[in-house]
Formats: sequence, C-alpha cells, structure tokens
Amino acid sequence: MPSLKDLKTRISSVKSTRKITKAMQMVAAAKLRRAQDAAEMARPYSERFNAVLGSLAASVGGSPTAPKLLSGTGKDDVHMLVVMTAERGLCGGFNSSIVKRARTAIAKLKAEGKTVKILTVGKKGREQLSREHGKLFVGHVDLSEVKKLGYADAQSIAKDLLTRFDEGEFDVATIFYAKFETVISQVPTAQQIIPAQFDAAEDDDAGASTLYEYEPGEEAILADLLPRGVSTQIFSALLENAASEQGARMSAMDNATRNAGEMIDKLTIEYNRSRQAVITNELIEIISGAEAL
Amino acid sequence: MADTMQFDLVSPERSLLSTQAKSVSIPGTDGDMTAGPGHAAMITTLRPGILKVETETGTEEFVVTGGFAEIGTTVSVLAERAVPHADMTQETYEDLVREAQAYYKKVVEETENEPGPVDDAAKLLQDMVAVGGHIGLDPKQPNF
Repeated sequence: MPSLKDLKTRISSVKSTRKITKAMQMVAAAKLRRAQDAAEMARPYSERFNAVLGSLAASVGGSPTAPKLLSGTGKDDVHMLVVMTAERGLCGGFNSSIVKRARTAIAKLKAEGKTVKILTVGKKGREQLSREHGKLFVGHVDLSEVKKLGYADAQSIAKDLLTRFDEGEFDVATIFYAKFETVISQVPTAQQIIPAQFDAAEDDDAGASTLYEYEPGEEAILADLLPRGVSTQIFSALLENAASEQGARMSAMDNATRNAGEMIDKLTIEYNRSRQAVITNELIEIISGAEAL
Repeated sequence: MADTMQFDLVSPERSLLSTQAKSVSIPGTDGDMTAGPGHAAMITTLRPGILKVETETGTEEFVVTGGFAEIGTTVSVLAERAVPHADMTQETYEDLVREAQAYYKKVVEETENEPGPVDDAAKLLQDMVAVGGHIGLDPKQPNF
C-alpha cells in the first residue's frame, strides 16, 4: 500500500505527462494540417504526370529500344527496397507497421532466392531493421534536418537511386511508405517504381483521350520524363508519409492523453480513500484513548 | 471557336496558376511555340526559359526550369520549378545558374569524349544564362 505522499507524487507526475502528450497532440494536429495541405497541392502535378507518362509508356512500352527504367533490365534478381519511415518516434504503430510490411517483403524475396538491398529514409526504420537486416543496408537518407519537405529532397533520393540503377546495382526498386487514408488509418504500402508501373485504369483513360504529337520524339520525351517520374513518385510518397506520421502521432497522443486522464482519476480515488482511512484511524485512536481514561 | 482555353501551371509542390488564357508561349526544347485555343494536341519537353501566359486581363510571366507541357483541349504545363517573374530576384536566379553550372561541370568530368550529355548540359547552362538576359538580371557571366 503506497503512502499518501507516494500517491501525491504519482498523481502530479501523471498530470505533467498528460500536459506533454496533450501539447504533442496539438502540435501534431497543426503539422498534420500543413502536411495534408502540402499533399493536396502536390496531387495535381503527380496525377497529370502519371497520366501523360502512362499514355506514353503504353505506346512505347512494346518497343525493344524502350528505356530500361520502363522495360526493366530483363532480370529481377536484385531488389532494392526503399523503406521510408519517420525521423521521430511516439507516433503509435506508424513506423512499426511500415517496417513490418518491409520485413514480410524481405522474407518473401529471400525465400525466392533473390538478393535484397535496403535503402532507408528516416532514422526509425533504420533502427528497427538494423537488428535483423543490418547487412543488407546500402544507404540511408537523413531527413531530420529538413523542416519542410521540398521537391529537392525527393530529387536527391531519386538521383541516388537512379545512379545506382545505371550502375546495375539492382533490377527492381520498391518503395515502402504509409498511405494517408484518414487521421486514424494509415495503410502501409509497397509500390514498385523501377521499372515503372502504371495502373490499368490510367491506361484506359489515356486510350480514350486525344492522340498527341510529340516533340522531340516519343522515346526522347520518355527518356526525359521517366527519371522525373521516379522523383515525382518519391515526392508524393514522402508527402503521404509525412501526413500519415502526423496523423498517427495525433491519434496516439490523443489516446495517451485519455489514458493519463483515467489514470489520474483512479489515483485520485485511491488517494482520497487512503486519506479517509488515515483520518478514521486517527479518530479511533483518539476516541479509544479518551475512553480509557 | 472559343477564344480562350483552360490553362494550368503546376509544379510538384503546388499549383501556380489555373485560368482561362488566350494564348501561351512555351519554351520548348526544340524551340519556342505559342499555343492558342484549338492547337493540335501535342506534348513537348521544356528548356529553361520564360513562359508567357496571355489572359483576358493581361500577361503573366513565369520563369520555368524544365518539365513538360501538354497541349490538348486544355494546356497544362508541368514545370520542375516555376517562379513568377515578379518573384524572381537576382539571388534566386544566381542559384539557378550556379546549379546549372555545377551540373555542367559534373557532366564534363563524368563523361569523357561523349559529346551528347556534355552538349545537353552546356545547352542547359546557356539557356539558363539567356533567361537572365530576358528578365533583366545579371548572370555574373559564368566562365565556360
């Protein structure tokens, strides 16, 4: 049975924890808004980009001279997994769920006898993966200094990836990130970016639209656009991830605040009960002392 | 035929302009072109240059650094980076030129005796420098 003093310190410590989680929740809510706005603003670009790229890819796709970024290297022995996570923790299951998704993929690829290489973006994923798959790391991108995600950040990741691809380091690249659905649901997603893949729906759409003239030629444009497409996809994944992270943190901190509140209620009741017990005890002592006289 | 068309200018980070335009001058890789309503459908890549949009109310200018334009019933320009002419300061411009210069140097170092990529990079740099002349900023004469 803890003493009254112990209970009092417990209560005050839980109270200050609640203050912190409450503040974190509010900060996350503000950041979430900004991240969502950023993701919203980036959407028209990536949608149009993918539509154009999709129709181009559909018309050039079959040709034997199609760029490697589209047709692939002809093998799929070496897989590059780009695992994007947050730089900070305390955001519920956000990091773990992405890492879990990546782990399943790694296990599957390994079972198929493929070589796996990992490029991590964000510190948390690296920490979680390093125990099991530390030897597979080929690089890491640190975004902890980045205050506001810009297209340049995505570009530098894409550049790194493309250089490695040109040097023949891997055949297939997949990015892992959490897609932002709602504040309380983020879906860990794997998306293959090299060779480029397009949704069937987009192809249908492109087929229905006008036939374009290309200047310079189709393949020249495609060669110019495909590397940009990689940056675009990475950029939208980064933005989705940022929004998901803040959403996850917000709901995690909301939960924590509520739990702290419950804890305080419970402790307060316990505190009052023991205070009452102490008083009763003292009274009994006084009364029995008086009676003895 | 309608005398205006829908025009959109989007960069990866945000949408810069969405309006009805009378004509749009686009700095294409193979040469400048002006698209009006009912232009033949085409897709072209961009070089660094000035994008001029003529609307009912006036003309707007943007400095774009690359990307592509899609011309159809509507015109959309997807620019890697686009800065409104008014926001273009000497500082931002110098950054762009410096970037192009660094890229050029890197390409020259990496590719030996391959004129293709080096020429491309040189052209990119020249285009970037030429942009300065158009908008009245000094590129600080980069040494080739």
